[in-house]
Amino acid sequence: MSVARFWRKIPQRYNLIGTQCTTCGRYFFPPRTFCPECRRAGNIVDHKFRGYGTVVTHTVIRTASEQFEQMTPYVLAIVELDEGPRITAQIVCEPEEVFIGMKVTPVFRRIAADGESGVIHYGTKYVPAE
Amino acid sequence: MRDVAVIGVGCTPFGEKWETSFRHLFIEAGALALDDAQVAGEQIDAMYVGNMSAGRFVEQEHIGALIADYAGLASHHIPSTRVEAACSSGGLAFRQAVIAVASGMEDIVVAAGVEKMTDVATGASVDTLAGAADREWEGFVGATFPGLYAMLATDYMHRYPLTREQLAQVAVKNHYNGARNPIAQFQQEITIDTVLKSSLVADPLRLFDCSPITDGAAAVILAPLERAREFTDTPVRVLASAQASDTITLHDRRDISTLDATVAAGRKAFSIAGLTPKDINLVEVHDCFTIAEICAIEDLGFCKKGEAGKLTEDGVTSLHGSIPVNTSGGLKACGHPVGATGIKQVYEVVQQLRGEAGKRQVSGAKIGMTHNVGGTGATVAVHILGV
Repeated sequence: MSVARFWRKIPQRYNLIGTQCTTCGRYFFPPRTFCPECRRAGNIVDHKFRGYGTVVTHTVIRTASEQFEQMTPYVLAIVELDEGPRITAQIVCEPEEVFIGMKVTPVFRRIAADGESGVIHYGTKYVPAE
Repeated sequence: MRDVAVIGVGCTPFGEKWETSFRHLFIEAGALALDDAQVAGEQIDAMYVGNMSAGRFVEQEHIGALIADYAGLASHHIPSTRVEAACSSGGLAFRQAVIAVASGMEDIVVAAGVEKMTDVATGASVDTLAGAADREWEGFVGATFPGLYAMLATDYMHRYPLTREQLAQVAVKNHYNGARNPIAQFQQEITIDTVLKSSLVADPLRLFDCSPITDGAAAVILAPLERAREFTDTPVRVLASAQASDTITLHDRRDISTLDATVAAGRKAFSIAGLTPKDINLVEVHDCFTIAEICAIEDLGFCKKGEAGKLTEDGVTSLHGSIPVNTSGGLKACGHPVGATGIKQVYEVVQQLRGEAGKRQVSGAKIGMTHNVGGTGATVAVHILGV
């Protein structure tokens, strides 16, 4: 991933800045600039998500792509944010700890590095809330 | 709209073909199909080629022209178009060819698919396949393609009665069929134990729940039905062609365990053909992972949600069951050269409907279906063929 491609998404990846359609009230993360419900009648504004959520489903990645090979095994989950949207994220916990319905809290973490001399990608992972 | 028929089919053996290049894979399949249809190259009006990622697998783009060139058709200047929709590229190429013939724009059209996956290392291949999902919001955080289907499986097994053994039986059945298919990548039968003792890839999915990395190509020749008998005594009619889309990410789906695009494309195909699931004699579904076959059987309407595990355990989907699923061995045992898979499914159904499927022949097969999925369900192509 090029430096510019990572850089332009820093507000979203670091601070969970998504969007909301003020016409229908729906929240979007990752951000959408076009509301699928209201379409052109929609009005999209930025929204900072609190980040708290619940694990909807999960897995443990044991065979990863090149950038993540050294981190295996790691827990991956779909998290439903309290505002409604669902996102895919890593959960920082032991493989046997994760479960459906687990409450989670966002943390700022290193996600991966773009090779040995490339930029380090930071972003949001989750930890068990309890 | 004109009725459309398949007049010829060809497919390379699937596998790790170190000695064969991208372009030669395609030419091998194309030549077999032309030979089967008794069509000369200069009679071809157009070509549609399904391919997911020649750009990343062999660093080659612009493959429509490349393939027409190496097929010896450069001087004929026919339109040759690449079609891309990740793992459903082949199914969409077939559909584009059907549309071209049905519309009356073209007469003799090649629908093909090709993927050369083994010229890059496994890690690079896994990363390329992750591009079938959302790179920014799934791949970026470490989601692999098996990982996404594993999360689907976790959700499914939490909500419906599916045992780990029933899931393994999907792979056992598909290897049984693959052992009877001379083009299959894996022609060995396995047991439930083989699956359960294989290494975990992404919990709960193990190595033998996953389709392999494969090189291969397949091609079929289409013609208007009214001209089909000029070329063959055994034309196979295209009774329906349907395609549907859904969200690119798994997490944005209405229901993680239901592929709504499969439901939509399946219903539309049945409606176009005026048929129901009971009329289908065999179906090739997109079993990129064992859980994907379970979902496909249900989402296409062959049983209710939550029943496919029991159906598989009871042998209903086996070669001699009432609705044989993946007689070719499916993606699991026949192999999954991603862009070629959708065309290979048509190849298998055509062989079955002509009664040429040898040891895996479904007796009296008259109507068959293909189901080809892109990504985790963002694109689905469904076709119904009949004799």
